[in-house]
Amino acid sequence: MTVNIVGLTREVYKGLPTTLCAGCGHNSITNHLIKALYEYGVEPHKLAKMSGIGCSSKTPAYFVEQAHGFNGLHGRMPSAATGAKLANSELLVLGISGDGDTASIGLGQYCHMIRRNLDCTYIVENNGCYGLTKGQFSATADVGSKQKGGKANEYATIDICGLAIELGATFVARSFSGDGKQLVPLLQGAFSHRGTAILDVISPCVTFNDHEGSTKSYAYVKEHDIVLHTADYIAGGREITVDYEPGTVQDVTLDDGSHVLLRKLDIEYDPTDGISALRVIHETRARGEFVTGLLYVDTTQQDLCAREHLMKRPLAQLDEESLRIGREEWQKLMEPAGGPSKP
Amino acid sequence: MRSRLHSPEQPLALAGAGRTVRTDNVTIMSVRAINDFTIRVATVNGSGSQSSNLVLTNAIASLGIPVAPKNVFPSNIEGLPTWFDVRVSALGYQCRARDFDVLVALNAATWQQDVAGVKPGGAVVHEESFPCKGDTLREDLSYYAVPFTALAKEHFADKGDLRKYLMNMIYVGVLAQLLDIPEASLEESLRSQFRSKAAAVELNLSAVRVGIEYAKQHLEKHDPWRLVPMSGKTEGLMFMEGNRAAALGCVMGGCTVAAWYPITPSSSLCEYFIQYCDRYRVDKESGERSVAIIQAEDELAAAGIVFGAGWAGARAMTSTSGPGISLMAEYAGYGYFAEVPGVIFDVQRAGPSTGLPTRTMQGDVAFAYTLSHGDTKHLVLLPATVAEAYELSMEAFDLAERFQTPVFVLSDLDLGMNPWLTPPLQYPEKPFDRGKVLGADDLSSVKGWGRYRDVDKDGIGYRTLPGTDHPGAGFFTRGTGHDEEARYSELPEVWQRNLDRLNRKTETARTAVPAPVVAEKTTTKIAILAYGTTHHAVVEALDFLRESGIELNYMRVRALPLSPDVATFVKRHDRVYVVEQNRDGQLYGILRTELPTHLIGRLESIRHYNGVPIDAHAIIDPLLDAERAPAVVAE
Repeated sequence: MTVNIVGLTREVYKGLPTTLCAGCGHNSITNHLIKALYEYGVEPHKLAKMSGIGCSSKTPAYFVEQAHGFNGLHGRMPSAATGAKLANSELLVLGISGDGDTASIGLGQYCHMIRRNLDCTYIVENNGCYGLTKGQFSATADVGSKQKGGKANEYATIDICGLAIELGATFVARSFSGDGKQLVPLLQGAFSHRGTAILDVISPCVTFNDHEGSTKSYAYVKEHDIVLHTADYIAGGREITVDYEPGTVQDVTLDDGSHVLLRKLDIEYDPTDGISALRVIHETRARGEFVTGLLYVDTTQQDLCAREHLMKRPLAQLDEESLRIGREEWQKLMEPAGGPSKP
Repeated sequence: MRSRLHSPEQPLALAGAGRTVRTDNVTIMSVRAINDFTIRVATVNGSGSQSSNLVLTNAIASLGIPVAPKNVFPSNIEGLPTWFDVRVSALGYQCRARDFDVLVALNAATWQQDVAGVKPGGAVVHEESFPCKGDTLREDLSYYAVPFTALAKEHFADKGDLRKYLMNMIYVGVLAQLLDIPEASLEESLRSQFRSKAAAVELNLSAVRVGIEYAKQHLEKHDPWRLVPMSGKTEGLMFMEGNRAAALGCVMGGCTVAAWYPITPSSSLCEYFIQYCDRYRVDKESGERSVAIIQAEDELAAAGIVFGAGWAGARAMTSTSGPGISLMAEYAGYGYFAEVPGVIFDVQRAGPSTGLPTRTMQGDVAFAYTLSHGDTKHLVLLPATVAEAYELSMEAFDLAERFQTPVFVLSDLDLGMNPWLTPPLQYPEKPFDRGKVLGADDLSSVKGWGRYRDVDKDGIGYRTLPGTDHPGAGFFTRGTGHDEEARYSELPEVWQRNLDRLNRKTETARTAVPAPVVAEKTTTKIAILAYGTTHHAVVEALDFLRESGIELNYMRVRALPLSPDVATFVKRHDRVYVVEQNRDGQLYGILRTELPTHLIGRLESIRHYNGVPIDAHAIIDPLLDAERAPAVVAE
């Protein structure tokens, strides 16, 4: 039986059967996640699957059944993920959200998670609509994109990636649920990155947003996906064996020594240049296109745990011996400071 | 109407013996001139009077005389009126006195109002320039005009911004001279206030001396108020605010994750926690910390951080006030239903809405108890004293993990922000109670573990923590309907069974939360039931009523859900007055819901809700009215 580097079969990385619609982009993402987690060799007990509310947020039940999951509140997953990581910094925190969960009700927590550079992988399964409540627009719907009934969205779209870069995010990627070849290495890169890794994955809703006039339909996305580069993930310590011609590949080295190799396509693109990233995002959106790939990466920033100088040992494991003030110190604290003690 | 029964030379034995009684709106006053009166300092917010007030408070306490300071301040940084009341009480009463006897008036804007509020026969120390003639002058008061501004200008012209602080120290000196506070006590108090900063002590002492000298030379004492050193009441006590005590409880209770959003009157709780953690939770060599404290973007996120951390096994807390718990409602419901530990401090202020941010209320009791939509009951702890703010804070972490649920600690502005005389806080001897947590080894020996299975029939299941290295450890925590195995379920019987189990947990908690404190004799069938800081007014009211011929028993509730002792206590009485600081009688309402129907008629409700801490008369007056007993003048 084939096993990964931690000796587990691919079967271990599977979860319960999906309860989402047949053909839902989210199910494809789940499959890509299973592949990415298996290949990466994540130990299930070290994985914390966090989510909010919505179709996307149900998906943590569909992979790595052995792992702990936290299906929290609508738009409030980033805070719970923050608490979980602070309590046990050894956890690989994987947050799964949707466009409503992130860009509407949860926009505040999304922004502040990024500001703090919480070490987690944060996936937005982005379909531009609310599925569970039957197809209302979300805040990532493009201007002019039409609902099933024909009504067009008039309100400005919130670009999850553009916003993330603006807020100082340290790993920002966009991909498409149908492009596992690109998504899997980006996911693995995100796991290796120490800091908030945002993955905005366009994931068509087959039931409410897959029609003519929608800019998040399979047909539209396939046609308007501007792929910046293909990506390969090379785990830390392994030799880079991929053949490439000098000058055609950008090597992004991550904190754990792993690499994401970006093979250039038509566009000259440097993902360490945030201003260029924003320009490309704006320009492609203006043309009605989606730019996909590793849009921005900055490996020089400390994550939240480092900024807080947290000890390596999980805080959850500390006992009274290590947490209480010592008796002698306590006595000093409790010496009445002058006055009433000695009349 | 007033009488002066005691000369200033009145022996100490009579200190505190006097009483005020209201009958038919006529106030009969006895002079309580020695060690039993209230000083009110009226200043402008931001004028730096806090240090002076604390120096004064400390100096009085150092004479062995119990004091209870209350800061009545505005929601403002600079420029609005603020008052500091120092109640001097030989008997040790710590609640607010309704009236004040000695006024220090330094705020021109409130001058007339302040003078109008002085109790008949009182004394007024005031800035010389304040208009003292005409209609505003009350003839029953003793006035002491002091040119504070001019004195400060004369003596501290070169001190720049410090001058305003020093001016405030001058009134400390004036009061010291008028009330007989020895200079040595002031010096000691200054040392305690300014720690080891010798220069600051000297400078402030010089300002105090300016006041003393001015009073010696220019003021002739012609009022009866004075302080006489005493013993037996304050030995071994120290001053502490409830928020500081609660913060120490968090340190000693093993809190490792804290998240907060600044809000009056709870901010200082987290700020003290930060201070203590900076000292005691940092490895001196590596600089590594055994605590994470996050200032969150709002209270929603603060609660999310707490329950995320609690889920992952850390002891976590947030601290807030009413507007904050409004936002935390959704995570409180999640914590209750998904059964995740977390501690929420609610230092209550006057609401609803923004309300009065710097005034006090016991306004969140009913809200916190059932905070969430759906059927919810939380554990709520109700500290009354600084010692309890500390002890119940530690207890909250144990209860949260034992019951795998949110625990609210409901303090209030009065307890949280005012300094109180308290015995030193006791070092905890109990280890943490981490509750029912299965590790990898346990899982290997346990058969058929289910996260929400009620194995022990106490409503509490066994949980596992993320990071537990066992293939069976994981489960899916969710706020949606779930069965014993934590699997999603919409089945009616599963849903109801789960709600019933959660209720069983509440029933278990009734005898596990801090028990009520009871003072009971068999000679009376009337009682008072109260909680939190209302306690201090009850203590004084009980004494007063006893001396007036009405003996009352007393139960102080310290937690929700209610102990079964509450029902048996009510059963032993004909009438139980439920006293609390809110308009709607929130605990009274909870009692009416939870007590057996035949006991409900025995409950009476007494409420106080004007934003300032309750005083004894807010209990005595309505209780006397209700009992229809003839008012008695004690003397």
